Amino acid sequence: MKGLEELIADASVFAGLDSASLSLIAGCAGNEHVRAGTFLFQEGEQADRFYLIRHGAVSLEVHAPAAGSRVIETLGEGEVVGWSWLFKPFRWQFDARATAPTRLVAFDGACLRGKCDADHELGYQLMERFASAMLERLQATRLQLLDVYGNARASA
Amino acid sequence: MVPEPFEIVVKRRDTTDTWTFELEPRSGEPLQFAAGQFTMLSAGGAGEVPISISGDPDRPERLVHTVRAVGLATRAICDADPGRVLGVRGPFGTAWPVDEVRGMDVVIGAGGIGLAPLRPALMSLLARREGYGRLVLMYGGRSPDQLLYPDELADWADRGFEVLVTVDSAGPEWLGHVGVVTRLVRRAELDWTATAAMLCGPEVMMRFMVAALVDQGAQGENIYASMERNMQCGIGHCGHCQLGPTLVCRDGPVYCWSELAPWLAIREL
Repeated sequence: MKGLEELIADASVFAGLDSASLSLIAGCAGNEHVRAGTFLFQEGEQADRFYLIRHGAVSLEVHAPAAGSRVIETLGEGEVVGWSWLFKPFRWQFDARATAPTRLVAFDGACLRGKCDADHELGYQLMERFASAMLERLQATRLQLLDVYGNARASA
Repeated sequence: MVPEPFEIVVKRRDTTDTWTFELEPRSGEPLQFAAGQFTMLSAGGAGEVPISISGDPDRPERLVHTVRAVGLATRAICDADPGRVLGVRGPFGTAWPVDEVRGMDVVIGAGGIGLAPLRPALMSLLARREGYGRLVLMYGGRSPDQLLYPDELADWADRGFEVLVTVDSAGPEWLGHVGVVTRLVRRAELDWTATAAMLCGPEVMMRFMVAALVDQGAQGENIYASMERNMQCGIGHCGHCQLGPTLVCRDGPVYCWSELAPWLAIREL
């Protein structure tokens, strides 16, 4: 069975970090297992954690009074859930719900922010990796907004 | 150039605005075709439209077309019921390189109704399953109720395709993936340098899909895309479907991406 440090090292978001950094990060992490349907967090709550999905799936959802819940994105194995823990006001903007039995590595955001404040090199390395993941998702969201299947290709 | 009469024998509703038709030739002569080719289809005086063939190339007795009702001609076709005769010219155009990619892993990348032109290739690959490595279908749709061929997706998965489906938007009852189809590329762990890809969907989706594939290590010469332009004559005479120095009806619709890329970089071409 893999230890936390090894699990973290395998994740693409932490790729290339040295063992000292991985050890610092693992010090703020723990394993979790949630049932399908469990909310990891909900809109408006304090964002003090984030997650790495080891197995299973998590949907990001938004609730609109007239329209009900809509799924914005589904995240799967090896992907990170949540970055509101990194930025003030540390508040979740969306709901995150496990859509299957899901194993996760859960990170204490406040603990990690404290280590990043004390070690700016670690902070830079983490920020660079999270910015890259955010850029990828921003670009995917822009493509999603184009609604390309609506009218673009008239007929087969 | 003269349309042949084909009778509608089966009409199935796929989504709110899309139907699949099975047609039989009045002549009794099956229309032999290659996966990826299209016909010019017409219903009465409403005009002709290019529609990719979506049936099994190994079963040409019935001509299968999936049509989305978006304009005058396609609406007239979609309004037609079994027993009605449609005009068919063709088949025209180039084919998916099903034989050329033998021995490779193959990714089928489809967006929206773009799955219909890829369906014949998918059927050909499955019919010769032992000749290929991994077969992966990455299919993106607008919403769960807009996905084509839902029963067949499960059947293809049973027969050896890794079927990855994603939609742009869904309610919480949908337990599948939500997100753009390009995000599926990173999830498939393939030997990308030995992987061929066949893509069909909105042009912008294919462009981003190619970027994601190339980022993973896929080679432009192993990526093929089906293009759509204003095809009218179908035989390379009228020039309406010009794309760079090529005519899509004659030199396409299936192109190798490395040949196509320079032309797609020119806006409004």
